[in-house]
Amino acid sequence: MDKLKIGTCWLDGCSGCHMSLLDIDEGIVAVLNKADIVFGPLVDAQEWPDGVDVALIEGAVSNQDDLKLAQTARAHSKVVVALGDCAVTGNVPSLRNGIPVRKLLERVYVEGATVRPGVPTDGVPTLLKQAEPLHSAIEVDVYVPGCPPKPNSILLVLNELLEGREPDVGSKLRFG
Amino acid sequence: MTEKVKIRIDGEVIAASAGQTILEVARANNKYIPALCYMEGLSAVGACRLCMVEVSGVGRLLPACTTPVQEGLAVATSSPQLQSYRKITLELLLVERNHVCAVCVSSGHCELQALAQDHGVTHVRYPYNYPRLTVDTTHPRYVLDHNRCVLCSRCVRTCAEIEGAHVWDIAGRGIRSRLVSELQRPWGEATTCTSCGKCVQACPTGAMAEKGWGVEEMTKKRAAVSRLTSMREGQ
Ligand code: SF4
Ligand code: SF4
Ligand code: SF4
Ligand code: FES
Repeated sequence: MDKLKIGTCWLDGCSGCHMSLLDIDEGIVAVLNKADIVFGPLVDAQEWPDGVDVALIEGAVSNQDDLKLAQTARAHSKVVVALGDCAVTGNVPSLRNGIPVRKLLERVYVEGATVRPGVPTDGVPTLLKQAEPLHSAIEVDVYVPGCPPKPNSILLVLNELLEGREPDVGSKLRFG
Repeated sequence: MTEKVKIRIDGEVIAASAGQTILEVARANNKYIPALCYMEGLSAVGACRLCMVEVSGVGRLLPACTTPVQEGLAVATSSPQLQSYRKITLELLLVERNHVCAVCVSSGHCELQALAQDHGVTHVRYPYNYPRLTVDTTHPRYVLDHNRCVLCSRCVRTCAEIEGAHVWDIAGRGIRSRLVSELQRPWGEATTCTSCGKCVQACPTGAMAEKGWGVEEMTKKRAAVSRLTSMREGQ
């Protein structure tokens, strides 16, 4: 049997969910027996490849690049998992949502700057009006709340998905 | 002597006393009905709508916390429709204010968070409201964070009914409702507050906390507040 393909990425997140993914310890061996990680911060690939079976997406959708990557991942993956509270609820990145983007940037990069005040524009993606949960931008199939989700929960979800079953996280996981 | 009545909860015949509410009878008999604004020892107000149940012969749902039992009453507590309404109610509570559990003092000890988990709320299907809200830190010992308030009024009732100070009220209507201390005076300047801290202990969420605690560190002694009433009733 051909190996399955896992793609991962982080949008507006802290990488904590990916750390938790690495924390599945020897569980990773069982996962890698069934699947290859073909895209993400843990591997070298430059482009989200075609035919990904499971996409693990960390982070809220906060800027144009996040949005594009989320859409690409969705278009090329069978199952999309919102991994962690930022992807599931907006979480910490969404704390800015009550503040208009211009005011926010000026507060941080002009009023708050001690050297070279000015809002950066070069090489940084444009912020969206609000940092939103993943499912406000693309269709999500599986939600794994937690900040970060426990390694065991991630392993459980991955194992179920790689066996072709729908994981039942039901009442096992909570926000925060 | 209080009059005895027989009711059915999910088909099971249960003996109750007239004057008890459906929720009280259910709890006394280990039948689960979710509740948030209800707290033992306080008057019931029916604010959160989580405890809605089906009563046969009644064409609409009734709040278990404010509906008194009657002879022959038949209650259903867990139909698929009720389950789905409870989920919706919890999701709407979560979108109304800013519930960022990851940075909340009450995470891990919060009734709203626990109810969401118990009901399998793994995500929220409605757009978040993201209101801009204040945090009142003027009291020397306690904090009120409106971002986490669910307007259950447990603090209002605790302060008025148990402490007898009546510092709190809910002002405004609908989505603009806000908890206020002493007609909009900051909590620290409220002259009637005795700083007893009972409101803080009664609050089901991270909206009220003692100062000095970090994320996940605030645990509450709700049962101790409830006990005060039963001790006084026993006198
Ligand atoms: S009050 Fe409860 S639900 Fe709200 S952020 Fe705090 S822990 Fe989460
Ligand atoms: S600390 Fe005591 S007196 Fe002050 S508002 Fe709370 S319950 Fe009322
Ligand atoms: S502060 Fe707490 S107890 Fe008071 S209304 Fe808000 S959530 Fe309820
Ligand atoms: S517990 Fe009955 S309405 Fe809140």
